[in-house]
Amino acid sequence: MSAAFVIISILTLAAALAAATLPKLMHAALSFAVAFVGLAAFFFLLGAEFVGLVQIFVYIGAVAVLIVFTILLTRRDVEKDRGFNWSGVVVAIAVFGGLIWAIFKTQSLSVAAPGMSVLTVKHIGEVLMTGYVWPLLCVGLLLTAALVGALILVMEEKR
Amino acid sequence: MTPTLQIFLIVSSALFCIGLLAALSRRHAIFILIGIEMMLAAANLNFIAFWRFSPEPHQPTGVMVAIFSIAIAAAEAAVGLALVISVYRHYRTTNVDQFDQLKG
Repeated sequence: MSAAFVIISILTLAAALAAATLPKLMHAALSFAVAFVGLAAFFFLLGAEFVGLVQIFVYIGAVAVLIVFTILLTRRDVEKDRGFNWSGVVVAIAVFGGLIWAIFKTQSLSVAAPGMSVLTVKHIGEVLMTGYVWPLLCVGLLLTAALVGALILVMEEKR
Repeated sequence: MTPTLQIFLIVSSALFCIGLLAALSRRHAIFILIGIEMMLAAANLNFIAFWRFSPEPHQPTGVMVAIFSIAIAAAEAAVGLALVISVYRHYRTTNVDQFDQLKG
């Protein structure tokens, strides 16, 4: 097994676990960003460089910053201690066991990667503008609607 | 030895379960959103891994699905965080246990 894979998976899973369990919200948000850097490294490792870059731009550039801003805007409430629901841990471990069982039971999954040519951004752009143009338009509409909806949600109400 | 598909699936299911843990056991609304984002990202990793290990990786179907999924996750995060801010204005808290106005 390659060393890069081991390092990236340990980094990603440790950062994700920290994001899920750290008591301070700001620390959790920053380890969330680290976990997504690790995930982007996975995408690079798998040969999907464009998706890795999109992941870095969208998650670290936009979503993590948005989360940090929300934490700062709701700060008065952040410091209070919260209960931790242990039944969630039981459910998560049970789901993990089920998934691991299913993965190891399926024999056809233990394949090595086939050799491949590089997937260029040019090719992705061509496919996006020909075969996937209808989903692309729908996603554009969805993003516009979601951002307008988010603006309306946080606007001050007129009394 | 290069990593096989199984190992990527194990990592992504671990990531999914950490997200599930965050979404189920934390009482803070922002933590629940972080957990949901993590579960979506684990699904993205699955899409990319299955695309890479498929017999014909020159067709970028998995990459396309992952890109659209990232866009939808970004929209979800924007609306979710707007909801958190809007609810915080009314209740002065972000603890999901205290959002019980609609409880029957």
